[in-house]
Amino acid sequence: MIRALLIGATRFLVGGQGVWIGSAPSGAQRIYFANHSSHLDTILLWAALPPHLRRTTHPVAAADYWGKGAVRRHIALRILNAVLIDREGGRRVKGGPLAPLHDVLERGESLIIFPEGTRAFEKLPGPFKPGLYHLALAHPKAELIPVFLDNLRRAFPKGSLLPVPISCTARFGARIALAPGEDKAAFLVRAREAVAALA
Amino acid sequence: MTIGGLSLDPRMVALFGGVAGILILASLIGFVLSRRVTSEAGRETVRNLNARIKAWWGMVAVFALAFAFGKLVTLVLFGFVSFYCLREFISLAPTRPSDHRAIAAAFYVFIPLQYWLIWDAWLTMLTIAIPVYAFLLLPVLSVAKGETGDFLLRTAKIQWGLMLTVFCISHAPALLILNIPNYQNVYLLFFLVTVVQLSDVLQYVFGKLFGRHKIAPRVSPSKTVEGFIGGGLAATAIGAGLWWITPFSPLQAAGMAAAIVVAGFLGGLVLSAVKRSLGAKDWGTMIEGHGGALDRMDSVTFAAPLFFHLVNFYFTI
Repeated sequence: MIRALLIGATRFLVGGQGVWIGSAPSGAQRIYFANHSSHLDTILLWAALPPHLRRTTHPVAAADYWGKGAVRRHIALRILNAVLIDREGGRRVKGGPLAPLHDVLERGESLIIFPEGTRAFEKLPGPFKPGLYHLALAHPKAELIPVFLDNLRRAFPKGSLLPVPISCTARFGARIALAPGEDKAAFLVRAREAVAALA
Repeated sequence: MTIGGLSLDPRMVALFGGVAGILILASLIGFVLSRRVTSEAGRETVRNLNARIKAWWGMVAVFALAFAFGKLVTLVLFGFVSFYCLREFISLAPTRPSDHRAIAAAFYVFIPLQYWLIWDAWLTMLTIAIPVYAFLLLPVLSVAKGETGDFLLRTAKIQWGLMLTVFCISHAPALLILNIPNYQNVYLLFFLVTVVQLSDVLQYVFGKLFGRHKIAPRVSPSKTVEGFIGGGLAATAIGAGLWWITPFSPLQAAGMAAAIVVAGFLGGLVLSAVKRSLGAKDWGTMIEGHGGALDRMDSVTFAAPLFFHLVNFYFTI
């Protein structure tokens, strides 16, 4: 009920059509990685997936935003099936900040991550943090799908209170893979370019 | 006539019955054509035609509801039309994140305000709220962010969007508040919408059948001299034939219909140029076969304010 309302409201305001350019929806285990420019990104990308994939796809959300307050926490955990991670105090968590993400992937389920780690002002994504590399290295079976979220930085930019109605799209690109022995920095640059190429 | 406690004017029932009859005929023609036409190009045209007819059924159903339930529902309906058209316009017009506040004000303040002013029948304010107050306020909201790059362009885009999709379109339901003695204004709205939309359809049909000479090949390749004259005259004749639902004489009704046809044609032409300058062919994908909502409303944006002021000038007390 709340889920339908949330998706309905998102559709009404910002549309959020999924456009599959280089890949097709599939039940295979995946890590979707996207540019990050607004708090709506998580909901929009998740809602752009076909309903049967949403059940096993978990957005990764920052605990310092989505874990705050009962309502946000409820939306993140109960409705979006999100996994919360600690952006700052990660070292205190047993197994490092990525431990909850590894758990999800070990269960064979999929993730949505925003490797910039924070919302950007610019159209093209900023440099990627190494989390994506570590996940790709540890879970070679998971398909890496780049996603570009268009227009959200206009619809709900950093620092604004309300989203405005501007049609947004989620463009899904062709999967990339970590090459054997590929250098971390080189891989992260390539992953970032795969997202930027969809802009 | 009363259906489920709802009283319906028999004249309105007859009019919508007529519209439904035309649509049934059109659907039948579309069905027969889809069986007969074999060439690939012809198939594409027929598919487009059938998609248009299907979308028309939906629009007519929504309009019938609005007319049956009165002013409030009509205003809410047109408010949503403005909302979707403005969303399409702003989505295509490259504004920047720093315009966020101005865009928020356009959507969340000026759409409700404009339609509330119509509900309140505050004629003076509804004709100046957007051209004067929004015009002055929106750039103030943007300038506070301190980004000067393309400032005039960005401001102009938001103001144009608001003028076309909210101010201009709202003049159609604003017909309901004009003070015309012994007359039910809802028929004026029916007259406007029918003439505008039939003019669009008939120009399309005449253009497909007889079109040879393009009027503005670079702006709108589908508009032809033959289509405009044939479709325009046919729509004017139908408008004249509807004089009995208006406060006009048959000749006045023809004049009004002609004004609506010409304004609608020019609106379509101008919005087509705006759309192309933004690098798009259709405004959106909301109504199947119609491009976006603004593709159906482009002629209304120009025709509604002109018709509103013509009626207000000559026929109100």
